[in-house]
Amino acid sequence: MDISTQNTDEAPPPTSQPSAALQKRASRGATRPGDRIFLGLSRGSGIFLLVIMAAIAVFLTYRASLAISKDHGNFLTTFEWNTNTIPPVFGIAVLAFGTVVSSIIAMALAVPVAVAIALFITHYAPRRLSGPVAYVIDLLAAVPSIVYGLWGALVLVPHMNGLFGWLDKYFGWTGIFSWQGGAPRSMLTVSILLAIMILPIITNVSREVFRQVPQMHEEAALALGATRWEVIRMSVLPFGRSGVISASMLGLGRALGETMAVATVLSPTFDINASLLDPGGGTFAQNIASKFGEATADGRDALIASGLVLFVITLLVNGAARVIIARRAEYSGANA
Amino acid sequence: MSHSAPAMGKRPSTLRGATLPKWSPWAIAAGAVVLAVVIGLVGGLDSKVQWGLIAGILFVLGTYGIAARVEGRRQAKDRVATSLVWVCFLIAVVPLASLIWTTVKRGVKVFDIYFLTHSMGVVADSEPGGGIYHAIIGTLEQVGLATLIAAPIGVLTAVYLVEYGRGKLSTAITFFVDVMTGIPSIVAGLFILSLMLILDLEPFGFAGSLALAILMMPVVVRSTEEMLKLVPNELREASLALGVPKWRTILKVVLPTSIGGITTGVMLAVARITGETAPVLLLVWGTNFINTNPFSGAQASLPLYIYQQYANSAGSNAAYDRAWAAALALIAFVMILNMVARGIARWKAPKTGR
Repeated sequence: MDISTQNTDEAPPPTSQPSAALQKRASRGATRPGDRIFLGLSRGSGIFLLVIMAAIAVFLTYRASLAISKDHGNFLTTFEWNTNTIPPVFGIAVLAFGTVVSSIIAMALAVPVAVAIALFITHYAPRRLSGPVAYVIDLLAAVPSIVYGLWGALVLVPHMNGLFGWLDKYFGWTGIFSWQGGAPRSMLTVSILLAIMILPIITNVSREVFRQVPQMHEEAALALGATRWEVIRMSVLPFGRSGVISASMLGLGRALGETMAVATVLSPTFDINASLLDPGGGTFAQNIASKFGEATADGRDALIASGLVLFVITLLVNGAARVIIARRAEYSGANA
Repeated sequence: MSHSAPAMGKRPSTLRGATLPKWSPWAIAAGAVVLAVVIGLVGGLDSKVQWGLIAGILFVLGTYGIAARVEGRRQAKDRVATSLVWVCFLIAVVPLASLIWTTVKRGVKVFDIYFLTHSMGVVADSEPGGGIYHAIIGTLEQVGLATLIAAPIGVLTAVYLVEYGRGKLSTAITFFVDVMTGIPSIVAGLFILSLMLILDLEPFGFAGSLALAILMMPVVVRSTEEMLKLVPNELREASLALGVPKWRTILKVVLPTSIGGITTGVMLAVARITGETAPVLLLVWGTNFINTNPFSGAQASLPLYIYQQYANSAGSNAAYDRAWAAALALIAFVMILNMVARGIARWKAPKTGR
């Protein structure tokens, strides 16, 4: 189509009248109704996705504004979640704190292990082993979160007693690791479970990035007599750094929004506790799942308001991760 | 990628420093374990985790010390890095192995034909008996409806991005599809919930399907996009050169070529949403009775069943057994979907270039 229109433009004026009309008819004939319908359908689907995203933001904001206007506490700073009382008093301070702390600890625990596993698959494992290992990691990703929750609550929690006792004994003086001996359904247990759950996504993204390291860089390092660790430190890690950062942020996004695993493991209280070992705190998603059953109509709007905050946070984290990945893809294409 | 260490030559060479024999890591590991056991017994430490930690620390220190003496510091660092990478790999395997082992061991207790074909209709939460029939029906209907909505929209969006997309609209769609993959499932549930609050609707199965469809669409778009990009351009050009309109080229050439990969992507997406609990909890509620109509009344669902058996049971072992058995059924379903999907991908892999 582009070519035909160009031809009409360049055609000499005297003879252009009939040929232009012919060209026009020909080019109109080329866009058959089938083509137009199909383009319309596929473009429509794409636009529909954008509309859904916009609708999520609009409707959550609308319901949230209803709730916040009825709130007799400060939505950002109140340490309470009493939506069924009259007047309702609630605030997200505790939830925001718990969500951010548990997710960041989970990320800190998961990233080194995930990067090591990605290196193991791409650089260390015997070739016969690396395929199955990648498959095992994919299996970890396929396990539903509720099963992680069940396993966390019934298997992981009893096993945390030993670790908590040890942490309390030697690091209890810091305040962060002091423990009063309750059931270990606390922030630290949640973080460890979340770390296990976000391990696969960080591993998979890092693995892809490490695979793209130009062979020449590694061979050059090897030729200079570098050991395998030096090759990794000098050529693989610098090349993959931004990829690992965005992979970590994707993992962080997952951890922020995880619902069922946290809801089954954590025994929530509505206050901020300096100790990671004592029960306490809560997360946005966990609070929604556990308070939903008993919530009145106003209570549901309040939960939607807290969900809106979670939505915005994950949107920012995921968007930033994607921007980093996209920027990276631009310059890695040149030397691939 | 072959990274078989070039350092392990067979010929003794004067150009190379001394190297440790191949069995040395195993010997050091054995020594570390023995030493850790001795320390544990003498020091009276009863936690096996502490023994393991001590053995690990001894192994790393021992490797570094011995290698540094024999081979030099750089080689020693290399060996420590290698052992740390191996340790991390083993750390990741432990939870997965424990999870699968516990689920199978505790799940098979009540997992039988009776369990699969009966509902919880007349069974109190704390009593033995009952099954997951109602939950299986609910899950199949909700996930099936979600797939019917999400798969066509997802595939069409991917077709637009690959075959037509240029300019700002496709950039925006690509970006938001990526962001959409990161939407927490509970937020998708809250979105549909806000619609239901406005329309004043009671919970029903299809509402859950809508939320699941939102979670599924971006996954389908991403995987289909990758598959369409693998279709060689020569095929499209050949078809267009024969005068076939673009839409028929896409329908008759591009999509059939990549249908295996697209199916795989859709099945992986189905596997992902089958395990989603949060939206179902908000929108479908769950029930102990069989409800085959997804458009009216509360329905059960497999992941929700697990959660409710766990949460409402007040520590009753019968309910925990049912939760594990349902978890076993769910994992088996998801894993089978995964394996079949991968099998299809391998079987129908598009022929690239040559």
